[in-house]
Amino acid sequence: MKYTSQAVAKPYFIFALILLAGEILFGLLMGIQYIWGDFLFPLIPFNVLRMVHTNLLIVLLLFGFMGATYYLVPEETESELWSPKLAMITFWIFVVAGVLTILGYLFVPYATLTELTFNNLLPTMGREFLEQPLPTKVGIVLVVLSYLLNVSMTVLKGRKTVITTVLLTGLLGLAVFFLFAFYVPDNLIMDKFFWWFTVHLWVEATWELILGAILAFVLIKVTGVDREHIDKWLYLIIAMTMVSGILGTGHHFFYMGAPEYWLWIGSISSAVEPLPFLLMILFAFTMARDRKIKHDNEMALTWAKGTAVMGFLGAGVWGFFHTLAPVNMYTHGTQLTAAHGHLSFYGAYVMIIFTMISYAMPILRGRPHGNCAKAQKVELVSFWMLNIGMLGLTLALSAAGIVQIMDQRVGTHLIGFMESQESINGIYMVRAAFGVLVFTGLLTYFYSFFVKEPAKA
Amino acid sequence: MTERITKSMAKNIYYGGGTFALLIFIALTFDTVHQIPKRSNQQNMTESVVAGKKLWEKNDCVGCHTIVGEGAYYAPELMNVFQRRGASDETTFKAYMQGWMAAQPLSTPNRRKMPQFHLTPAEVDNLSDFLIWTSKVNANDWPPTIEG
Repeated sequence: MKYTSQAVAKPYFIFALILLAGEILFGLLMGIQYIWGDFLFPLIPFNVLRMVHTNLLIVLLLFGFMGATYYLVPEETESELWSPKLAMITFWIFVVAGVLTILGYLFVPYATLTELTFNNLLPTMGREFLEQPLPTKVGIVLVVLSYLLNVSMTVLKGRKTVITTVLLTGLLGLAVFFLFAFYVPDNLIMDKFFWWFTVHLWVEATWELILGAILAFVLIKVTGVDREHIDKWLYLIIAMTMVSGILGTGHHFFYMGAPEYWLWIGSISSAVEPLPFLLMILFAFTMARDRKIKHDNEMALTWAKGTAVMGFLGAGVWGFFHTLAPVNMYTHGTQLTAAHGHLSFYGAYVMIIFTMISYAMPILRGRPHGNCAKAQKVELVSFWMLNIGMLGLTLALSAAGIVQIMDQRVGTHLIGFMESQESINGIYMVRAAFGVLVFTGLLTYFYSFFVKEPAKA
Repeated sequence: MTERITKSMAKNIYYGGGTFALLIFIALTFDTVHQIPKRSNQQNMTESVVAGKKLWEKNDCVGCHTIVGEGAYYAPELMNVFQRRGASDETTFKAYMQGWMAAQPLSTPNRRKMPQFHLTPAEVDNLSDFLIWTSKVNANDWPPTIEG
């Protein structure tokens, strides 16, 4: 660790991983309730499980991004963090707000929660992924502002690099687009239109900048490739992201009440959306091939390459499957969307957090050369368990989606939703089994942190 | 291929391309906002429809159902439930909704369960009005079939 203030990243990483365990656990519970509808009902109805599952994901990614930023910004700017104290205060505020929100979801009926948290003053709740009570939403804004302030001040007083510029742009976008979470028009269609400004422009635009910056940072560190070269790739990747991702929002506007021209604009732009992810694969593998040093922490590079590949599969390939308007006519609102959602969030965002943690955590724990060989071997096993599990789960959900489309939407002999879902039950069992593999993979990953270092000779 | 592209070229594509895309997006946003009231028949958005939307949010219906294809995939699509369960007749649909909401949760073993939300009959009517209004939105001929 070059700068003492980088240490604030550690609690962020640890908490992100704890939340990830919770997220996957709730995913498993949902997977079981999908098969046996009486499971946990009426104790925890499906919508509550889902709220906890998706909100934990969002919050863990924010914690991961913050940890990654606090680690890399001092090294990039070659100066200590502007205020490590503020970073720690922010951490605890975010932890308390996050935990209270999840407990609220679990122990208070949602309708009561809306009343208790002043939702009538400014109704923002009850919308997918943005279910958070008003105080939590305000809390997120404050946390993000304090984080942005801390990072900006550090960048201003230190060395400016392409990585920090791109990262800051991404963070600024994250903050700005979250503000649409507070705008809830009475017209459902208008509401949905602007809802996507937060949801899509986070994951398919601004977050990709953050992803690109973190990936570039780790690649510089573990391959020793010249910064000029890395910068060029980073610019190229985010250029393709911006060109395709912004207008790519249009692929959500096909069949929700927006005008017809989005059918064309959304289809064409989002057909380009796999390109930045393809470039990321080329980037990671070219840098690995041209590397100037061989870092002892081999797992960091493995995760970096994995992020590029799985991000491309999840966001690029699975996104492309249903992004053309005539196809989306049949796939819209089916399990195929869920398949794409799972693999893209995992491949692009959860994995970049793993990449960063895998690189930074050993250093933060006083192991500049990475973990010992045995720990890395355990980590490699967990890498494959997680990836195979997620891929299997995605394939199962895709199969479920295809059956659902054939049952409800194609041909003349149609059956209803509930009947169709019953016919998919076997596939949902396969999905749940792969979910168990993912969870076991995560536990194995956790175990790798506790493998004892051999005594120094 | 990438050898011929320099860092400054890549940088220019990022700033130029990004700005260009953003400007088009903003222009189209203005046009869409202008068109949505007509496409969604905003003039028919009565107080009851708005109250229904608020109930929809307050009870997190989107946590299980999809509406206009968005939401969770645990329970049926509701944009065309008016056609599917009400045969596009308001009286039939409202009567159906009163019965349906009162009967939850159904006792069929291991069927996915919908909780009992304890809505008043007037609130159930609000919800019905909201769903009827939604069913008439021009969503480019989606959903493709009545099964949604």
